[in-house]
Amino acid sequence: MTILALLIPVSLCMGAIGLGAFFWSLRDGQFEDLDGDGQRILFDDDAPLPPRSDELPKETTR
Amino acid sequence: MIAGLTGAERRTAMLMAVVAVLVGLLMAVVGQDDPMGVHGWIVLIAGVVTFLLVGNALDRPEPGEDRLASYYDDPTKVGIVLSLLWAIFGMAMGVWIAAQLPWPELRFDGAWSSFGRLRPMHTSSVIFGFAGNALIATSFHVMQRTSRARLPDQLSPWFVLLGYNLFCVIAVSGYPMGITQSKEYAEPEWYADIWLVVVWVTYFVLYMRTLARRNEPHIYVANWYYMAFILVMAVLHIVNNLAVPASLTAAKSYSAFSGVQDAMTQWWYGHNAVAFFLTAGFLGMLYYFLPKRAERPIYSYRLSILSFWGITFFYIWVGSHHLHYTALPHWVQTLGMTFSVMLLVPSWATAGNALMTLNGAWHKVRDDATLRFMMLAAIFYGITTFEGSFLAIRPVNALSHYTDWTVGHVHAGALGWVALIIFGSTYAVVPVLWRRETMYSWRLVEVHFWLALTGTVIYILAMWNSGIVQGLMWRTYTDVGTLRYSFVDSLVAMNPYYIARVVGGSMFLLGAILALYNVWMTIRLVPAKTPALDHPTSSEASEPAVPAAE
Repeated sequence: MTILALLIPVSLCMGAIGLGAFFWSLRDGQFEDLDGDGQRILFDDDAPLPPRSDELPKETTR
Repeated sequence: MIAGLTGAERRTAMLMAVVAVLVGLLMAVVGQDDPMGVHGWIVLIAGVVTFLLVGNALDRPEPGEDRLASYYDDPTKVGIVLSLLWAIFGMAMGVWIAAQLPWPELRFDGAWSSFGRLRPMHTSSVIFGFAGNALIATSFHVMQRTSRARLPDQLSPWFVLLGYNLFCVIAVSGYPMGITQSKEYAEPEWYADIWLVVVWVTYFVLYMRTLARRNEPHIYVANWYYMAFILVMAVLHIVNNLAVPASLTAAKSYSAFSGVQDAMTQWWYGHNAVAFFLTAGFLGMLYYFLPKRAERPIYSYRLSILSFWGITFFYIWVGSHHLHYTALPHWVQTLGMTFSVMLLVPSWATAGNALMTLNGAWHKVRDDATLRFMMLAAIFYGITTFEGSFLAIRPVNALSHYTDWTVGHVHAGALGWVALIIFGSTYAVVPVLWRRETMYSWRLVEVHFWLALTGTVIYILAMWNSGIVQGLMWRTYTDVGTLRYSFVDSLVAMNPYYIARVVGGSMFLLGAILALYNVWMTIRLVPAKTPALDHPTSSEASEPAVPAAE
């Protein structure tokens, strides 16, 4: 049973990573417009947008 | 295609090819008395071929900056074709070993051609070769489109795709020579496993780099599924393949785990290979190509995200249902069984979500065999996940385990769900990738659809019958309490079902051959689409500014 000393922290860590991913997506606004998000994939015209330039001033509000 | 690489990328590729040659030479020399030496030669040849191909194009002019205005699809194109080639090889192996059961003389008295060595050739070719290449290729396609961003560089996608195929070749070529670590779906030995880790980490980093460049703020749900597939497969692969090589000059290794711990680790891996390789990745495919083809958004996008977390959380617990009635502690078996039953909820939510997306587009399903492939895949996904939850219940498992019912269940998933969603997505993506109006022949797509459906139904009905007959014969007792049937009695009873399976499998194989023919003829003969929309979205004049890369 000593293996539990390893396995319990490992599983808690993995759970925390999953939870962290969820909280990040929540705060990033990933779930703000679910209907629009589902629809927008239908309207791409098969070319990427120009690469984002990191020199440009970042949006201040999101 | 090589001319599309920049000069620096070509030189790096040649450098990596030199490293491959050296590693291959080292393996061939130190492993000359072992099958590992043969793998050394394979690695060496792969390196030499890459070196020559890239070296041949070294002096070609640099690609222009205008390449950045289009998606980088060359690796996707190669991946799609490779996936179909692996499909034909793997399914042909499957038909061969299926035919060995009713007609054992098809072994031709060779050790290399015995069922136990050919079966992993079949499973690795179809799972890793066919399905894996399709996942890698479509993930490159989907992550670029949903992120509205081009891949960050042109070399790492090639490294991932070709490195992965090198792994597949090493895996499949090892089995007839007797190389195996005797873990189902994780048979390749230590050096192949280490190589796959390198490739896989590059794959994950590539995915994250592309997402980091995204122009679309939202990460579409398909990307979550693809990322779960990549990330969890890395964890599973590394832990399950922890092993100590018996010698650095030979293939043989010993697992880091022993006894029931080894069995539990293996089936934690084994069932999550089903969950994250054969389910999560393909759900990503389904969530992109089904709405795209039906031209309707997913019925409930909210539910698709909820199902994602349900599937990833529940699946990781269920591996122990492979070890009912073994030395595994009873509570661990019960835990796996419980989660397996709960898993039905997010699985059916997903299947229902896919079918509800088609509600209102049934006329398209009727007319378009490509969309019908995807619809049928969703139906088989629903059937298979129900059956899986059911078979995981301990008393049901007492009847089904070790019988052909399991084989039938796996093929309902592998043929009905995985292969059909791949074929549907392939027919949807090929005209987009090569910028063709349509596929070469929609009739052939239609023929393929019916071959695939009929073949699958024959296959799984045969195995259901065979499995249940087998299970019942093994548990029938006489009045005095002895077993009524010998094992050979049950084997004889299997004969007609085994022949039916060969028929069903052959139909499915024929469909895959038609698919490759159709894709090839589309590339060769169908005229290119007029690039009405083929300009960067930034171009406000909406002029067709940049011609496609080819």
